[in-house]
Amino acid sequence: MRIAILGFGSVGRGIARAILAKNLDLTVTGLADSRSGIIDPAGIDIAAALAKKEEGGPCGSRDVSPADVVAKADYDVLVEVTPTNVDDGEPALGHIRGALRRHKHVVTSNKGPIALAYPELRDLAAANGVFLRYEATVCGAIPLIHAMQEGLAGNTISRLYGVFNGTCNYILTRMAEDSLTYEQALAEARELGYAEADPTYDVEGIDAAIKLVILANAILDMRTTLDDVERTGITLLTPEALRLAEDQDCTIRLIGEVVPEAGVLRVSPRIVSKVHPLVVEGTLNAVTVGTDLAGDLTFIGKGAGSTETASAVIGDLLYIRDRHVQGS
Amino acid sequence: MKLEMRDQPGQLVAALQPISAVGGNIIAVIHQRETPAATEVLDVQIVLELPEGRLEKLLELLREQGVSVVRIGEQRLLYECTLITIGHLMHTDLSDTVDRIDTTGSAEVTDLSLAMPAINAPSSARITIRSTTREEMKKAIRILRSVAEQKDLLIIEPLEGV
Repeated sequence: MRIAILGFGSVGRGIARAILAKNLDLTVTGLADSRSGIIDPAGIDIAAALAKKEEGGPCGSRDVSPADVVAKADYDVLVEVTPTNVDDGEPALGHIRGALRRHKHVVTSNKGPIALAYPELRDLAAANGVFLRYEATVCGAIPLIHAMQEGLAGNTISRLYGVFNGTCNYILTRMAEDSLTYEQALAEARELGYAEADPTYDVEGIDAAIKLVILANAILDMRTTLDDVERTGITLLTPEALRLAEDQDCTIRLIGEVVPEAGVLRVSPRIVSKVHPLVVEGTLNAVTVGTDLAGDLTFIGKGAGSTETASAVIGDLLYIRDRHVQGS
Repeated sequence: MKLEMRDQPGQLVAALQPISAVGGNIIAVIHQRETPAATEVLDVQIVLELPEGRLEKLLELLREQGVSVVRIGEQRLLYECTLITIGHLMHTDLSDTVDRIDTTGSAEVTDLSLAMPAINAPSSARITIRSTTREEMKKAIRILRSVAEQKDLLIIEPLEGV
């Protein structure tokens, strides 16, 4: 199966490395980073592109733009793994639309387009007879969307809640463990590369809220936007608050919660018993899905990272490969 | 509850039956032997747990049995919820914050632990609220949330309900 990859940052390179390391039967015919692109119907030399990128250069020719790759390359699936833009989803949204209109399947890790325009993109994919998959948009390596769409098909989901942001979970874990202040724990998270220079998106709960919107709209058939999520971040938490929780064998975690029936969409720090399955350490993610037939299920895994996110993208790619007639 | 009934055979059973009929749970039955026999009235105190909203039905059934209730004792606070709040708790009048819950009459703050690390730094408090019913607890938490908004405090609620 032929794929075109847009975005050659952490996720894009993770996918490239997995393709090199494993026999996945995937040929890359288009590749673009923010500054350059390559189109080669015979298959791009991925190892060479990775080497160029790691030396700090562009992965391909400056004469080829991402839009060129979307519109002109010969591929079956567009892999859209550029960074998230939550304001208007662009330029990823336009690229996804362009690929779907060309009757190309799309796999993305980009939360912006899915959170902002899921119903439109779903309908566009259906109208063109192609798949749109987005497992990597929520909780990295955890196959949460597959599990809910396939494994739990037929169940009614009454509640979905958990730890959706590894950065916040790391900060809270460290504050509880060593009585660090919020500022100290954030500085440590930055040093380890778990937090961005501007951590707003994570620590104010925006990232977790976007994931709730994606799950609410795509899985739970709700029609919500980011503004519908009641949101409180972790920036005001004190080591004393964590100690007060600790005194009662509890801790504090940033919890995202969706209760479809009650219309609850909420991200907020919550007091959780230390033996609760959602109390995971470090940057892990954990999500509990409450269902009528299967009962409660809790998924725990790595919510970010190059290889981990690539795992979710590759899972989607092979899902499509196994369900579509190859070649055109 | 303290029940008063005629000193006749079968009356105690008549008083107890309605309790199980409404799904109540008898915790203790106390016979007041010292009551003057001349009044021909038997005093019995019954301590019991009742599901929410069943008290009126119980009183009606007891009246039908000819049992009169002298006094309904204090309803115990069965629901408990512990929250943590962070902010300038003293400057925003912590006792007023507690009062807003207590003045509901059906929920009250039963425990409070306060940590004040430094002058002018935000303090943190763990607040335990008890209430008679789940509804009253939800109401108390709503009140606390609105007070927190007015006073610019952060409220951390438990993940699991009350």
